[in-house]
Amino acid sequence: MFTRREILRAFLGLPVALAACKSSSRTNAIDGRIVGASNEIGHILRDRRKFEVPVDRWTDVDTVIVGGGIAGLSAAWSLKRKGFNDFLLLELEERAGGTSASGSSDLTAYPWGAHYLPVPFAQNTELVELLDEMRLIESKDEAGELIIPEQYLTRDPEERIYHKGRWYEGLYLYAGASEEDLRQYNAFYSEVGKWINWRDPEGRRAFTVPVSSCSTDAEVTALDKISFAQWLADKGFSSERLEWYCDYACRDDYGRTLSQTSAWAGLFYFCSRVPAAGEESQSFITFPEGNGRFVDHFVSRIKKNLQGSSLVAEVIPGEEGAEVVYIDTKTKQARGIRAKNVIYSAPMFTAGYLIRGFNDSPPFAAAEFRHNSWFVANLFLKERPKNRFERDFPLSWDNVLYESPSLGYVTATHQKGIDYGPTVLTYYYPMAEEDTRLGMQKLLSLDWKELSDICLADLERAHENIREATERIDIMRWGHAMISPKTGFIWGGEREKAMKPFRNIRFAHSDLSGIAIFEEAFHHGLRAASEIEKTG
Amino acid sequence: MNRSVPLLFLNVFVVATCGLIYELLAGTLASYVLGDSVTQFSIIIGLYLFAMGVGSWLSRFVENDLAERFIDIELAVAILGGVSAPLLFFAFANVSFFSVVLYGMVFGIGALVGLEIPLLMRILKDELDFKELVARVLALDYVGALVASILFPIFLVPTLGLVRTSLVFGILNGIVGLWGTWLLTPLLKPGKIVFLRIKGVFVITLLVIGAIKADSLTVLAEESLFQETIIHAQSSRYQRIVVTRGRTGFSLFLNGNLQFSSFDEYRYHEALVHPAMIAFEGEPKRVLVLGGGDGLAVREILKYPSVEHVTLVDLDPAITSLATDLPVLAELNKRSLKDKRVTVVNSDAYVWLDRTDASGFDVAIIDFPDPNNFALGKLYSTRFYKMLRAKLRPDSTVGIQSTSPLYARNSYWCIVETLEASGFKVKPYQTTVPSFGIWGYVLAKGSEFERPKEIPAEIPLAFLDKDSMAGMFDFPVDTSRPDNELEINRLDNQALVRYYEAEWRRFE
Ligand SMILES: Cc1cc2nc3c(=O)[nH]c(=O)nc-3n(C[C@H](O)[C@H](O)[C@H](O)COP(=O)(O)OP(=O)(O)OC[C@H]3O[C@@H](n4cnc5c(N)ncnc54)[C@H](O)[C@@H]3O)c2cc1C
Repeated sequence: MFTRREILRAFLGLPVALAACKSSSRTNAIDGRIVGASNEIGHILRDRRKFEVPVDRWTDVDTVIVGGGIAGLSAAWSLKRKGFNDFLLLELEERAGGTSASGSSDLTAYPWGAHYLPVPFAQNTELVELLDEMRLIESKDEAGELIIPEQYLTRDPEERIYHKGRWYEGLYLYAGASEEDLRQYNAFYSEVGKWINWRDPEGRRAFTVPVSSCSTDAEVTALDKISFAQWLADKGFSSERLEWYCDYACRDDYGRTLSQTSAWAGLFYFCSRVPAAGEESQSFITFPEGNGRFVDHFVSRIKKNLQGSSLVAEVIPGEEGAEVVYIDTKTKQARGIRAKNVIYSAPMFTAGYLIRGFNDSPPFAAAEFRHNSWFVANLFLKERPKNRFERDFPLSWDNVLYESPSLGYVTATHQKGIDYGPTVLTYYYPMAEEDTRLGMQKLLSLDWKELSDICLADLERAHENIREATERIDIMRWGHAMISPKTGFIWGGEREKAMKPFRNIRFAHSDLSGIAIFEEAFHHGLRAASEIEKTG
Repeated sequence: MNRSVPLLFLNVFVVATCGLIYELLAGTLASYVLGDSVTQFSIIIGLYLFAMGVGSWLSRFVENDLAERFIDIELAVAILGGVSAPLLFFAFANVSFFSVVLYGMVFGIGALVGLEIPLLMRILKDELDFKELVARVLALDYVGALVASILFPIFLVPTLGLVRTSLVFGILNGIVGLWGTWLLTPLLKPGKIVFLRIKGVFVITLLVIGAIKADSLTVLAEESLFQETIIHAQSSRYQRIVVTRGRTGFSLFLNGNLQFSSFDEYRYHEALVHPAMIAFEGEPKRVLVLGGGDGLAVREILKYPSVEHVTLVDLDPAITSLATDLPVLAELNKRSLKDKRVTVVNSDAYVWLDRTDASGFDVAIIDFPDPNNFALGKLYSTRFYKMLRAKLRPDSTVGIQSTSPLYARNSYWCIVETLEASGFKVKPYQTTVPSFGIWGYVLAKGSEFERPKEIPAEIPLAFLDKDSMAGMFDFPVDTSRPDNELEINRLDNQALVRYYEAEWRRFE
């Protein structure tokens, strides 16, 4: 057992631990719980039990989709749009959404994971179709790029950063930056600019969305062989602020540190959403419930073909199609489906456990698709978090603490224009342990009280009143949150192998891009669906 | 006892000083909040002296236990006088019968002070012969008065302010009372002494707590900030509200920014409301007011007999309550928010527009504070104006307060262009409001329209007439639309807040 101080120290560093332990932990009056109880359910699979399905519990469906995250939902949405109805999506949680799930209170909806989507370029026609269907496009500019209604773009003030007692606008810490810091910051952006404007002989960009449209030229893919930290060092960047800024980017997008992220992935973050060097990055589309808005839209279209509380326990490929065995987690009954096609949109690492015969001659190394862990806390506040100084930059959409290993918090009421009184803050903490399995064990060993104490102790340094203002904290422990784009993974060959079907099973998960973002999950969902349409 | 006599004379001196201080406090406070200092001071001085007379006369009914009664009275004066200023400020803001409280207080203090001297003289009568007694007591009484009347304006009000002066002298009075339990020991029943001392300590503690609280609570800290006297101050959930009174009338400040001054607010509100009311073709029946919780815009709107219903949406219930409860303000807005035709909604106008089913307004009047923060900036965005348009009829007109085109030229024209970008046709206009300077507004409508020309004869106005209204629509060179390209204020850029900050920072 660890003491409170040891836990806080491990998560937030010694100074915060000491400070927090000086004040009493006034969490007693705060209500809350751990949500998403399926961690245990998932581990049923580890045991590799054999599930006997009685004859009368078998049905026939043309296509089964395993896993209702964005990838599975996109596949289902795409099938439906093409007029294809004979499919069933099995999702282990009661509600679909995966890491883009959301929740809601009387006051506002709030995210449990993904919370924004950068405005896509017009060339991403599939995604444009989705946005169009959701009436998220106001019009197009002369170049044909999308104009999104302002209420769906992050409202200004967008971001602020907390450093040594004060809040400043933006994410780069300009306050107190030396001339050398600023020189390096500009030099960094001119390096980034080079890659933004870079084209291979076929005219492809080095970094774009989806990853499958990126250039495969060796000059670019070589960036995957070194870490982002290494790349910065090679370029002579040593400014602490710049390093923090890039490290923050890696933790924010990938849940990994600078040295755990490949330079390719690091540059992808800075380059893929910028039209041309020197221009602004694409604005973010966001909602109070984050990307839960997209989940709800998909679900509204495929409701009849979606079955929640269904844990797929085994997929047995046969001569003609495959048999899918699943457990109704409510009744604990095993059921079976005989399908012609399977779209496998659960995380890739599960393939070895779930697909019979997979490990006999593995088509790809499933264990290489390594996920890292996060915890996300939604804090329900009866009043606004107070700044220490009245003239500090005000509460923003994204609020980041420079000295913290967390990612700070997003304000759920921000997009609704609710600027006073109660609010919901979504706090993000990635487990950036070198060994992802260790990170997961560490996370799962902590209970609600310990995790909420971590998040309060962290926020307390910026907001004295956070403990008094908080009425409730709900916490999601994402044991398998997202793929880690570690050095060598994205262009190491495993992804490519996994994109090929295995017997009648087609894989579709953001894992296949090595980068966990909406667009990639969406892309793979549509790709898998279109392959089925072609064969079917 | 003999040795204590000189000390008892010191007592007389302190008592006299405190007494006059309370009188001066009441007089000053009344003339601050009610104005007309000649009337206030004469009534209060007269009433106070009369009450002292009543007190003196009443002293004849005190037969026994003179010393004990004297100390009791001392402590009662301490409490009543000590809390007088804070209590009166509070009453002014919160009750409609302020003058009853004021004069009751003055009378009470006067009567108690009137009791003091006769009792003290009777206590001392056995120590001195009558000639000496009268000479000394009355001399010290008047010297005390002189000291008080010099200290009060020169030292006390400027450094301590009214509230703290009142509490400090209450404490002093209490100390004299407590001290008396020692000086007058031979005259007190031994059993009573401890009890009297406990009472004394209790009174002093209470006042000390009051002094500490008052400091953190409000008024004091701000008195130096505002040039005028604060007659009401409170922190609501949303903002700091301060009402001050000066030579020319009273003013309302929100977070330190002047909202109006009673002396020229009619210029501001007539210019805000009437062009939109007149530009509406036909008779305006349903009017929407966003912001404007002071009720002054509504006062102008209710001048139109055709108006059947006004919906006022203001964020802060503290403001809309103040508009009906603070007598000076209620008088100024002619109790407009209590009118049967008016519905008050307390909500952020952005959130309200986003959610409400109400629609079909003929005229909308927008009277928000200047866009000096992001929460206000959203109320001037294209999104906001588009939501507003959806609640109006195609022929509805809108009048919008839009900051100063002189001090904040880019900000003003940014608002104009944002309205245009939201699909409104606009007629910008400006006028002079001395408290603010040159002030800008925008008249807007869903389709092309003519400048309003005729002011209906039956509408009583103090500022606008046909010619002055026509003149408002012309912009002199230094306030006209700038040549530089302006950004449109959208939610995702809040360009206006940034213009505004840059422009007003120059004047800080
Ligand atoms: C904290 C956090 C913040 C994020 N923020 C953003 C963001 O702001 N923007 C962004 O674009 N992306 C963000 N992401 C990335 C997010 O993961 C992707 O956007 C996207 O949601 C991934 O979708 P997916 O379908 O590929 O995977 P998942 O979301 O992992 O979906 C897999 C689904 O399969 C189900 N499943 C697994 N096993 C089984 C089984 N045996 N039987 C049945 N069902 C099963 C799971 O329950 C889950 O629903 C974030 C992720 C996290 C964790």
